[in-house]
Amino acid sequence: MNSEKQHYTVSVYTENNIGLLNRLSAIFQRRHINVESLNTSASEIEGVSKFTILVNVTESQIKKIIGQIEKQVEVIKAYYHTEEDTIYQESCIFKIKSDLLFEERQIQNIIKESNARIVTVNKEFFVLEKSGRRQEIELLYRELNAFGIMQFTRSGRIAVTKDEMKISTMLQAFQN
Amino acid sequence: MKETQTIQKTYNTAQTTERISGSEAIVRCLLEEGVKVLYGYPGGAIMPVYDELYKYQDKIHHVLTRHEQGATHSAQGYARISGEVGVAMATSGPGATNLITGIADAQIDSTPMVCITGQVPSHLLGSDAFQETDIVGISTPVTKWNHQITKASEIPEVMAKAFYIAKSGRPGPVLIDITKDAQFEDFDFKYEKCTGIRSYKPVPETDKSSLAAAAELINNAKKPMVVWGQGVILGEAEEEFKAVIEKAGIPSAWTILGASAIPTSHPLNIGMVGMHGNYAPNVLTNECDVLIAIGMRFDDRVTGNLATYAKQAKVIHFEIDPAEIDKNVKADIAVLGNAKTSLAEILSLIKPNSHTEWHQKFKDLYDIEYEKVIKSDLHPTKEGLTMGEVLKEINIQTKGEAAIVSDVGQHQMIACRYAEFNKTKSNITSGGLGTMGFGLPAAIGAKMAAPEREVISISGDGGYQMTIQELGTIFQQKTAVKVVVLNNDFLGMVRQWQQLFFDRRYASTEMTNPDFVAIAKGYYLNAKRVTKREELASAVEEMIASKEPYFLEVCVEKEDNVFPMVPSGASVSDIRLE
Repeated sequence: MNSEKQHYTVSVYTENNIGLLNRLSAIFQRRHINVESLNTSASEIEGVSKFTILVNVTESQIKKIIGQIEKQVEVIKAYYHTEEDTIYQESCIFKIKSDLLFEERQIQNIIKESNARIVTVNKEFFVLEKSGRRQEIELLYRELNAFGIMQFTRSGRIAVTKDEMKISTMLQAFQN
Repeated sequence: MKETQTIQKTYNTAQTTERISGSEAIVRCLLEEGVKVLYGYPGGAIMPVYDELYKYQDKIHHVLTRHEQGATHSAQGYARISGEVGVAMATSGPGATNLITGIADAQIDSTPMVCITGQVPSHLLGSDAFQETDIVGISTPVTKWNHQITKASEIPEVMAKAFYIAKSGRPGPVLIDITKDAQFEDFDFKYEKCTGIRSYKPVPETDKSSLAAAAELINNAKKPMVVWGQGVILGEAEEEFKAVIEKAGIPSAWTILGASAIPTSHPLNIGMVGMHGNYAPNVLTNECDVLIAIGMRFDDRVTGNLATYAKQAKVIHFEIDPAEIDKNVKADIAVLGNAKTSLAEILSLIKPNSHTEWHQKFKDLYDIEYEKVIKSDLHPTKEGLTMGEVLKEINIQTKGEAAIVSDVGQHQMIACRYAEFNKTKSNITSGGLGTMGFGLPAAIGAKMAAPEREVISISGDGGYQMTIQELGTIFQQKTAVKVVVLNNDFLGMVRQWQQLFFDRRYASTEMTNPDFVAIAKGYYLNAKRVTKREELASAVEEMIASKEPYFLEVCVEKEDNVFPMVPSGASVSDIRLE
């Protein structure tokens, strides 16, 4: 088993329940593991929530963590994936002074080349949105930061797996 | 028979809806789940439920403990001896937080328990109201499941889930927090027992091929050894377990919570593993060729240094909780499922064997342990009394029929090492959490669940004083527990470590103790103190003969140590005999 630390994306399918976030985060906190990012949302199945959690741990650690997560009563199924197993994205938004858009020609080029999208523009500021890998977002940040950023926010990782996850089959099996 | 009929009747009436209050519904849910006794302490936010308990007092018995921690331990004792779900109740705020130690204890020792707490009215949640505490947040890491109810209509379903989750699969504690407005609210009550939850699989499926692979390893083993844990007891797999080890002729050792699953006198019972376990099973763990772990979780107190634990052996792990597989010790073969089912299934795949030579090794090492440790523990020639001889006397007087409820420390290790058990569910102790103060209240619960049994609480002078107030519960309830305190005027186990590893610097371990007999008498209990060997036998005899609660203090040698001992972090085969 790989004893090197690496990034793992954890996908957790759960019932939509108050307190489950606390229960899941406690599993990491108790083992002194830093959660690099966490996203929770609806999943592809009605009434089922999905947590996407990014951590940097060893494979032996992640296997034990998955065991502890699956043990929770309201967790339907948990998986861990390596970077190769998933298609993943993060998203970010920048708020930047509108003047710069007209005064600094370079900014327009940066926006074009990075495939970022202008969400809104007004007299004082414009808002720029970009989705992609972490490195792309970080590059865009560095480039824009040279001109000054009023506000910046980056989301947690969201991911889908290349392989199928058989949550619906699992839930159907319970019905029968 | 009469009882069954009553329960059946209430169950039937619940098929149609009835308009009742949330607080009445809580009591009705308890009745539907067959709860006869619960332990608790009233207060503002749970008062409506207590008002209903008053009305239903001929159907359900509420025991007023003297502290909420006592209520949880009593509920645990009740659960551990009966296999039923123990129930504890408390008010919000401090009442709820006082439950936490017992909940954590039940979580780590897999004890089925449902705790019900009152909560401030829902419109005050988060306002720092009087006696408001986030008990759901606080209890999350130490409960199998918890939930807050803010509407009366949620009560039946949530309560049914609570009992189902607490008892099924690997059991554990559940906490249900109910706001005061939900207790007052009227709704249409209808109860249905929970039979399944889609996201929760209590018992994993057993893979037939794992059974075959396990049987093959067992059949080809030259030096097999079993270490069983509480899973055998919780799964009510005692008979199946005995059949398997008898057919395969495997020497079998127990973890502290596995004790009593088969009788102490059983020829294949080779004693306890772990830090203060027996010499032979600890040493031979590192010599066996196949280690068969059944319903145990390789706690660090069992394994010592993992890097040198049973490295030569193939490991088979029978386990109900998939998260335990490879958690501490890598299993070559994992047999998932309930021990009762998997052991029953593997029986026909196993070939008869006797392993006579291998058994002899255990006997030889036992003889060494007897000479170096057991003889002087049980038959001391020095002046001071030993804890071991008190246990020996209890064994003689109870003929091994008693349930022994121990606290935590030296006396606990001595009790588990030397108590003789004929019946299962007879060793009730705080294993995983090591909760001092567990013993006395747990014994109360155990005696109430099994009034026909002799229940003996054995504590040290330290732990006893952590929940000594429960003598009040014993007095009020007239619970005929026998309370033994082995008094060495020290926090003995910590003192032992200070002696061995901290150059005898006895930091805060010496206790100036009160007159324990006077305190017991203050609660109007029969009480006696023994300081001399010649008084011991008759005092134990008098205690056992008593039909009432009885307190016995035995003043033992102050600085005795418990051996054998696997020093913390050492290999199990480096166990010390002195």
